[in-house]
Amino acid sequence: MSEPQKPLPIKVGADAPPMPRVMLITGSRKGIGRFLVEHYLAQGYLVEGCSRGESDLSHANYHHHSVDVADERGVRTMIADINRRHRRIDIVLNNAAIASMNHVLLTPAASANRMFEVNVTGTMLVCREAAKVMMRKRWGRIVNFTTIVAPIALAGEAIYAASKSAVVTLTRILAFELGQWGITCNSFGATPIMTDMIRGVPQDKIDAVVNNLAIKRLGTPTDCSNVCDFFIHEQSDNITGQVIYLGGIT
Amino acid sequence: MIELSTAEAIVVASLREVFAQTDLSPPEVITGDTVLVGKDAVIDSLGVVSLIVEVEQRLETEHSISVVLANDKAMSQRNSPFRTVAVLTEHLLNTAREAKAQ
Repeated sequence: MSEPQKPLPIKVGADAPPMPRVMLITGSRKGIGRFLVEHYLAQGYLVEGCSRGESDLSHANYHHHSVDVADERGVRTMIADINRRHRRIDIVLNNAAIASMNHVLLTPAASANRMFEVNVTGTMLVCREAAKVMMRKRWGRIVNFTTIVAPIALAGEAIYAASKSAVVTLTRILAFELGQWGITCNSFGATPIMTDMIRGVPQDKIDAVVNNLAIKRLGTPTDCSNVCDFFIHEQSDNITGQVIYLGGIT
Repeated sequence: MIELSTAEAIVVASLREVFAQTDLSPPEVITGDTVLVGKDAVIDSLGVVSLIVEVEQRLETEHSISVVLANDKAMSQRNSPFRTVAVLTEHLLNTAREAKAQ
């Protein structure tokens, strides 16, 4: 969408001022998550973020939770805290993930388990607890982040890609399970973006991926916010169970 | 800690909310014996999902007690802890007590 999105005010009554939407962004301390926090703060959203570590972001409309999304109790406590302060959660952007580039023959089970814990179970836990709050308002938007390395079957990313494929399947089924309560669930997969997550990947590997894209460039944080803007838009209430990959990947 | 009467009130209020939000027809009276799961249930399976979430949310917002009623222990029991209003009330009490103890 080319036009910057306006905040999505909630009309609470004829005489009451509209309330800004409450958004939770996981993995918000740095990288894409941090960019999205600043993007939506600039548009007037009340943004809640989480990561395992503390955030150095200070903003009147931002609240940070030091939570590992794979920690069930931690996620429940975080969602309960958000609900206690705002009485709602309208939008969730599940960005938190970990990756480890390794040939499958050299991948320890503990590394694989941890990737699935954070990327799949963590996403499920945040979706589950946030959806419980969204259900009562009969409105919600969930966007789960996946990756193009799943559909392109990138060698060296077997476990990471498998976990993100699971996220896509989770999202498609959540769309059907939560649709009756007005909650949409979509996912999108970005092309490589120069963040800490891929900074250790050899340049020739990144170049090889980019050269096989329809649009031969690295992704940008704005690519991500553009897709999120679309998925969370008020009028996107019939857009659910979809996955959008950037760069021409299907 | 919540009392039995409070737990029962939460379950009944949550059940009424489920009926209010769906096309399901409420029974004339809701008692401890009102069946929630299986044959003679007054709500369908999605109604059970809505009910459990509604109970959790009411407990959280009204009493600041955060629980997951569909926990591993509950889901592995031979007899559903959601089968009647009275059984769900007891399960709610026990789960809330365990949450407080932790």
